[in-house]
Amino acid sequence: MTISLIQTALELGLLSALAVLALYLSYSMLNVCDLSTDGCFTMGATVGAVAAISGHPYLSVPAAMIAGVLSGFIVSILQTRMGIESLLAGIIVNTAWYSVNIAIMGNASLLNMNRTVTVFTLLKDALKGTVFAESYRLIVAFIAVAAVVAFLSFFLSTRLGLAIRATGNNPDMVRSSSINPAFTTTVGLCISNSFTALGGCLLAQSQKSVNIDIGSGMVTIALASLLIGRVLFTKGGITVKAVGAVAGSIIFRLVYTIALRFNMPAYMLKLVSSVIVIIAISGPYFKDRLPVIRRRLSEGRRGNA
Amino acid sequence: MLKLSHISKTFAPGTINAKKALDDLTLEVADGEFITIIGSNGAGKSTLFNAIAGSFLIDSGSIMLGGRDVTLLPEHLRARKIGRLFQDPLRGTAAGMTIEENLMLAAGKGGWFTRMDNKQRNEFREILSRLNMGLEDRMKQPMGLLSGGQRQAVTLLMATINPPSILLLDEHTAALDPAAADKVQSITEDTVKKEHLTCLMITHNMRSALEMGSRTIMMEGGRIILDVSGAEREAMTVQDLLDRFREVSGKAFDNDRMMLTTD
Repeated sequence: MTISLIQTALELGLLSALAVLALYLSYSMLNVCDLSTDGCFTMGATVGAVAAISGHPYLSVPAAMIAGVLSGFIVSILQTRMGIESLLAGIIVNTAWYSVNIAIMGNASLLNMNRTVTVFTLLKDALKGTVFAESYRLIVAFIAVAAVVAFLSFFLSTRLGLAIRATGNNPDMVRSSSINPAFTTTVGLCISNSFTALGGCLLAQSQKSVNIDIGSGMVTIALASLLIGRVLFTKGGITVKAVGAVAGSIIFRLVYTIALRFNMPAYMLKLVSSVIVIIAISGPYFKDRLPVIRRRLSEGRRGNA
Repeated sequence: MLKLSHISKTFAPGTINAKKALDDLTLEVADGEFITIIGSNGAGKSTLFNAIAGSFLIDSGSIMLGGRDVTLLPEHLRARKIGRLFQDPLRGTAAGMTIEENLMLAAGKGGWFTRMDNKQRNEFREILSRLNMGLEDRMKQPMGLLSGGQRQAVTLLMATINPPSILLLDEHTAALDPAAADKVQSITEDTVKKEHLTCLMITHNMRSALEMGSRTIMMEGGRIILDVSGAEREAMTVQDLLDRFREVSGKAFDNDRMMLTTD
């Protein structure tokens, strides 16, 4: 495996780690399964691309994150104030965002940024002639991930951050601390979706194009990465676990790259990520069931027969 | 302090399962009063607490707390004035968070972005040390590692860290082993006395219903059927209480847990 392949895997791992950190906040902390990741990731990509193409490379990053906040706000309002199941809310928003994202791209399903100034090209020019000239993508991705991890490690120990963690733990206790769980859920989803959108924005700019499918399957890939990280980092505080989520994302991409070298077709990515999620979630379930299964097998009977 | 006027609640109205859980109930609780509540299974004791805490909207009547009408106020806003403990020690705390983090949320001091400082940590250490459970040295451990009695004691601390207008105790020692129950019970009495708290306590133990507090009420069918205090209560025995119940309700007392603890 060549250095450049490893570098590409690291870049992709770090960029999708932003979506993984979003799920770390929504899935692991808030205990909400936010399926709007795909639509929100694409929205971050389209908003960021449109902003960059219209000549605002720096503005494209906050613009994408604000789009993510709005997306998260809508998903949370649907589930906390309008009585829609959280899973359904995510699916509805994904479907709606398909139309909205095409509208954002100006009635197109593909935008090209080959000659657009982006945060990546800006850094590339700045590093020209230095030893880091070829790692500009890695540097942008690393800075973004480091900033998000630093933010999470600060934020999750503030009073609001504690309230968000407690919401996933015991909403009754949040209520009895005079805090509305609907409020903490809303704040948590706004923040997590801003990370997702940031990931979409940076991925699109690093590959110099965005198409309407850029986010499809992202939620499963991110969940697979998160669960890999969880298996590897079982101990430690919230910061260690956040780093674990990033590590999970990088490992996922490295393993995927190795698999490609062994001639696995590229289109298998989504099947692999689905299988990883299935194993990671059903693994503990079967572990619990193992004594029952083992005795049934050894005694050669089922149930109460 | 607390004034319930003609409150009623029917669950699943209009169906075959309709249950009138609170039936035109009126109760006035004076400031600093400690009332023990007893009653059969399904008498409406916990429903009464749910109505006060705002877990549901009552069908009719009104609830005044500290001079303010809270009938329509949502649960989390009422919680500023109400401290509540449940029978299940797991309900009051977040298991995945540390002891000090749980206390910080309950204390609710400062803005949303404040973090715990050493001053606050020392305050927590001090109040935890009063429990005599050694928890002051375990403040960074997750709540989930504590025993039921320890969790319930911490929940009591959390409920009273900002002295509430009224403290609701719903059989909060019933799920604990006898030693832990005694310990939590005595911490409860100390706290209530020290903070001069107004308190309602549901119990299945007839004897502690008469020994603790200053007034005892008995519920049946969503109503208060007996309300004793003062000299009359002083002179009462558990047998008197059971006799009075039979007299007013026309049937024998039926509480599956209580049968074992009427000694």
